Amino acid sequence: MIRLERRPSPSRAWAAASPVVAVLLTLVAGGLMFAALGKDPVAAIRAIFWEPVFGEFAWYFRGQLLVKAAPLVLIAVGLSLGFRAGIWNIGAEGQYIVGAIVGAALGLAFYPSDSPLIFPLMVAGGALGGFLWGMIPALLKVRFGTSEILVSLMLVYVAENLLASAAVSWLRNPDAVGFPGSRNLARWDASANPELIAGTGAHWGVVAAVAAVIAAYALLAKHQLGFHVRLAGAAPRAARFAGVSPGRLTVFCLGTSGALAGLAGLFEVTGPAGQISIDFATGYGFTAIIVAFLGRLHPVGILLAGLLMALTYVGGDNAATNLGLPVAAISAFQGMLLFFLLAVDVLTHFRVRMGRAGPVREQPAPGVGEPAE
Amino acid sequence: MTGSIDPVLLVASLMVASTPILLAALGELVAERSGVLNLGVEGMMITGAVVGFIAAASSGSVWLGFGAAVLGGAALALVFGVLTQVLLSNQVATGLALTLFGLGLASLLGQGWVGIKGPGLARVDLGPLSDLPVVGRVLFSHDPVVYLSLLLVLLVWAFLRLTRAGLILRAVGESAEAAHALGYPVRAVRLAAIAFGGACAGLGGAYLSLVRVPQWTDGLTAGAGWIALAIVVFASWRPGRALVGAYLFGGITVLQLNLQAAGARIPVELLSASPYLVTILVLVVISRRRERGGDAPADLARPFHASA
Repeated sequence: MIRLERRPSPSRAWAAASPVVAVLLTLVAGGLMFAALGKDPVAAIRAIFWEPVFGEFAWYFRGQLLVKAAPLVLIAVGLSLGFRAGIWNIGAEGQYIVGAIVGAALGLAFYPSDSPLIFPLMVAGGALGGFLWGMIPALLKVRFGTSEILVSLMLVYVAENLLASAAVSWLRNPDAVGFPGSRNLARWDASANPELIAGTGAHWGVVAAVAAVIAAYALLAKHQLGFHVRLAGAAPRAARFAGVSPGRLTVFCLGTSGALAGLAGLFEVTGPAGQISIDFATGYGFTAIIVAFLGRLHPVGILLAGLLMALTYVGGDNAATNLGLPVAAISAFQGMLLFFLLAVDVLTHFRVRMGRAGPVREQPAPGVGEPAE
Repeated sequence: MTGSIDPVLLVASLMVASTPILLAALGELVAERSGVLNLGVEGMMITGAVVGFIAAASSGSVWLGFGAAVLGGAALALVFGVLTQVLLSNQVATGLALTLFGLGLASLLGQGWVGIKGPGLARVDLGPLSDLPVVGRVLFSHDPVVYLSLLLVLLVWAFLRLTRAGLILRAVGESAEAAHALGYPVRAVRLAAIAFGGACAGLGGAYLSLVRVPQWTDGLTAGAGWIALAIVVFASWRPGRALVGAYLFGGITVLQLNLQAAGARIPVELLSASPYLVTILVLVVISRRRERGGDAPADLARPFHASA
């Protein structure tokens, strides 16, 4: 009989090792899934994880990697603050969309000016748009006790409709006869978010993502607010006695994650995407949830997890082109990764024991070589 | 039909529009009464939708499709069940993973089935009842699944309220520790409730792809699973009120579609967003009403580990 026995304190070794184990398990299960689809599993895994980094066309893929990782990291860092405090912002996708719309609308209001102030103004607008969209679930939660999970999610669908209306009517490019979609912001110098170092894919979003990682790290490690965030998640009652206001924390977490998601949307619409269009939203807001967990809700972990997840996108595209693997396989693959991570995490908090409950025996290193009785 | 909306047709189509959400909400309601918060409803619904559609379209039998959807939904739910009940993972995170995985899996399985027509579902012939004016059209002219969903409301209510098993399930949801101390199998009860929730969500999803739409398109559920979750809150975890909530929501969906078709002078996007906006509004009103404590099962979303 296999039993779980709670560890006196979470195992640090397993907390660090479980993402790695989860990735390995996902590779095995993903390979089986690809095989079931009639594809060569080894070739598929190679196309996704090896070729983009070390293959013949790696110079191209490596640039793409930062382009995809930047929005994921930016959004996930924000989400992780809330998740740590037990505040579940599931609507980052909506905040991402609204940030892009507000930022783009602000910039387009000045078209065709070439003032250097336009891009910074748009950045501020993007952050503000996401912030305000995140404030809706925050204030409803604080004031009425409404579930932020459901409200932030409903707002994703509202944002998608807002996006559609912007693309077909009020932000539509007046010079493009009959076509939906705004002016191309990437081709208008004042609003463009270009590659900063040629060939790397690094645009302003990458800079913002790195800055967010550093800021979040400093906040969590050094600042009292970061301590409150961690305390509220670990021991909500103790946090209240310590004078942490749950309302203020909710506003802070949802506001920050909203603003970061809005920024991600703005950098995307002015750079890689180029315009407000009906199919602008690509699910970064949802994938960032996986990134946050895979990165252990830790800023540095999120940076690594964001790069890994970007690799599944880039490699997935590669596998789609070269092996005819459906692009949808990648999101199933990403979901699977989160499953395995959550499953392996049991080892962080529990020891696996064989046999019946009995006197506790001395164990070798945690999790290694479980004695079979 | 020139710009006018026929109220009889509206009510009749409302019942069809509400059925998938009602089914999913009933399943989730049972799971939540056992103390489990499964945010994977959307993923289970869309998996049910695609599995049901494929089974029905390739076999030619709608009922085989519904059967496959029930099994598919329950199977996916059990993945969640094993993770949260056996491996004690966080219910919120695992539910989200289930939704993300389900959406990907469904669009993967559904490739090559887009645009194909599935077999239809015949209405129940209720003879003279269906010929009644107004009432016949509104109440007695639907397909069997609509009636099944209504029956299920009654059965879930009776189960929770009148049976011993229902009492145990509620006890597990209110206090897993106490139920465990009394010798009830907390984990087994919860796994069964989770599987039932998945089966209902799968059935609801298949109703979308086989009756409501009826074909397979990517992202077919469009948030229906999340609305079902909101309806459980709206319903204060009671089956009868879930019926009211689902029909209210279905009514708004149908009304806005009719307004769009009738060419009302309201932006289409605003109309399309209205079901979600109304859901938020309803959540606010409900949450405000139950500011103190609330009716949620006391152990909702709390992990349970029987430490010896």
